[in-house]
Amino acid sequence: MAAGALAFILGENSSLEIRLSGAWSLRAGLPEAASFQHELDQAPQVKTVAFETAGLVAWDSSVLAFLAEVSELCRARGIEMNRAGLPTGLRRLLELAEAVPEKKGARQEAGEASVLERIGGIAISATGAFGATFAFLGEMTLTVGQFLRLRARFRSADLFLLIQQCGAQALPIVTLISFLVGVILAFVGAVQLRQFGAQIYVADLVGIGMIREMGAMMTGIIMAGRTGAAFAAQLGTMKVTQEIDAFTTLGFSALEFLVLPRVIALVLMMPLLCLYADFLGVLGGAVIGVGMLDLSWATYFRETAQAITLADILGGVFKSSVYGALIALSGCLRGMQCGNSSSAVGDAATSAVVTGIVSIVVACGIFAVAFYVLGI
Amino acid sequence: MAEAKSNGDSSPAHITVSQLTMAYGSFVLMHDLNFAINRGDVFIIMGGSGCGKSTLLRHLIGLNEPAQGDIYYADENFTRADPERRRELVRRMGVLFQSGALWSSMTLAENVGLSLGEYTDLSAAEIRHVASLKLALVGLKGFEDYYPSQISGGMQKRAGLARAMALDPEILFFDEPSAGLDPISSRLLDDLILELRDSLGATVVVVTHELASIFAIGNNSVFLDTESRTMIAGGDPKELLARSHDPTVRRFLTRGAEETA
Repeated sequence: MAAGALAFILGENSSLEIRLSGAWSLRAGLPEAASFQHELDQAPQVKTVAFETAGLVAWDSSVLAFLAEVSELCRARGIEMNRAGLPTGLRRLLELAEAVPEKKGARQEAGEASVLERIGGIAISATGAFGATFAFLGEMTLTVGQFLRLRARFRSADLFLLIQQCGAQALPIVTLISFLVGVILAFVGAVQLRQFGAQIYVADLVGIGMIREMGAMMTGIIMAGRTGAAFAAQLGTMKVTQEIDAFTTLGFSALEFLVLPRVIALVLMMPLLCLYADFLGVLGGAVIGVGMLDLSWATYFRETAQAITLADILGGVFKSSVYGALIALSGCLRGMQCGNSSSAVGDAATSAVVTGIVSIVVACGIFAVAFYVLGI
Repeated sequence: MAEAKSNGDSSPAHITVSQLTMAYGSFVLMHDLNFAINRGDVFIIMGGSGCGKSTLLRHLIGLNEPAQGDIYYADENFTRADPERRRELVRRMGVLFQSGALWSSMTLAENVGLSLGEYTDLSAAEIRHVASLKLALVGLKGFEDYYPSQISGGMQKRAGLARAMALDPEILFFDEPSAGLDPISSRLLDDLILELRDSLGATVVVVTHELASIFAIGNNSVFLDTESRTMIAGGDPKELLARSHDPTVRRFLTRGAEETA
């Protein structure tokens, strides 16, 4: 089949004939409308445009797109477009495309916003988001108040399911990560401390490091990625499917019913996960101590026991509980703020993890200073 | 407003919308809506796709706040009521959302029974019994322990209706009840709506653009127009078809068969 060809023939009586021939297809490209414009520029006397399509073997949307542009140009220049020469199918499609005039204002202005305008826009949306966050925290405080007065309403079955999901089911990943963190801490310490024969202090390093900071922090980060994202996705999906609206219209508060059990579950489970992580971290350190530094198990654990105090353990556990609240709140906040599409659910999950981890690290900094000042 | 006042206490108006303007931020979706829904009406909110029908319904049930204007239930201002009172008013309404919006983590019986457990003193066994009854009313007897994901879209919608009816509401709202249903299921749902209206004595508000449903069940309506961003007609849909001279309304009610424009 011959490839599509386009020719212009300038006739008498200020008319222009567009000759389309061969086989046109989208895969081979569009007939160039620019050449038509060029032709018109060359011959400004043209008053009518006609078509000759006897040689046209095949056509598809490529020709239609070309014709639509020709039609546009003709209208702009006041040239009459004689469509009699077009195949019936093309003519009807072209009429269909032009049947509904462009709606004024429907086209989105892709105009360049100035830098100041954009900064202003960001500032306005940031204050809006800030306000929404505080509104959420305020309502949540009231809800927790109701819970403490035993007046909050939620299904205990939901709570137990959530406790299982963010407690027992998180054990494998917490096991792996905290054991490895213990190994890494011990390894880094071992290489340095061996230089002056102070291998035994690896136990102190790992013990204090894990129990005061890393146990709570690593568990927090794992749970932010695992559970915080899940909370945001669950609530976001419920928003999209109007399940949250259904709660509201039955007079239930979504905060009591959905957010509160999630916060409670995580606040209860985080300390337990943290203790477990502490233990496995120390175990990981001991494996290095015994395997690499020729310490005995007994020596290692005795040294660890001397290094850490009850206050260290309680401090870590307390921190983990706070991290749990932060993760659950940021997950639920992002879920409740979710927009009405499937991509919005993805955004909500992503932003829940980011918010969760950022707030954990900030809280960790605040705790470090506070514990130092309080002398814990 | 004037209309609502003049009717006074003796008015049969169950819901009165006065000077309502709906907006998303600075974008006005509809302005100056004024209509009354009488007790026992099957009231249709109709209009083209995307004109704000569902948004109007969300305003009526308090999920969206009016930019301007008020909504009255009987003679009580719903828009200005305090949150506690609003919750009480909302509890007398039942809503069937477009997608059914069943809670996916609960079985059908739990979905229907949740509000019973909350607002009544029934025992667990009694709640279960009432929930089964409501499910039986919508033709879902025996599906009590299914989860929403295990049943078809049409069944989800009917289960959603059973949940909406759990507390024997005075007003039932339906958002696009026939969307996604085959013609026969859709017809059955229409019959069910009429049946419920007659037997429960409830007022029914339906958002739809299904002509067959509109004529089959509606006895009052409001027509929202995208172009002028307000209501351009109201009343019995069959009357509108017979009497209205508005080209947009005629085009809509005749599926465009009469190009009166």
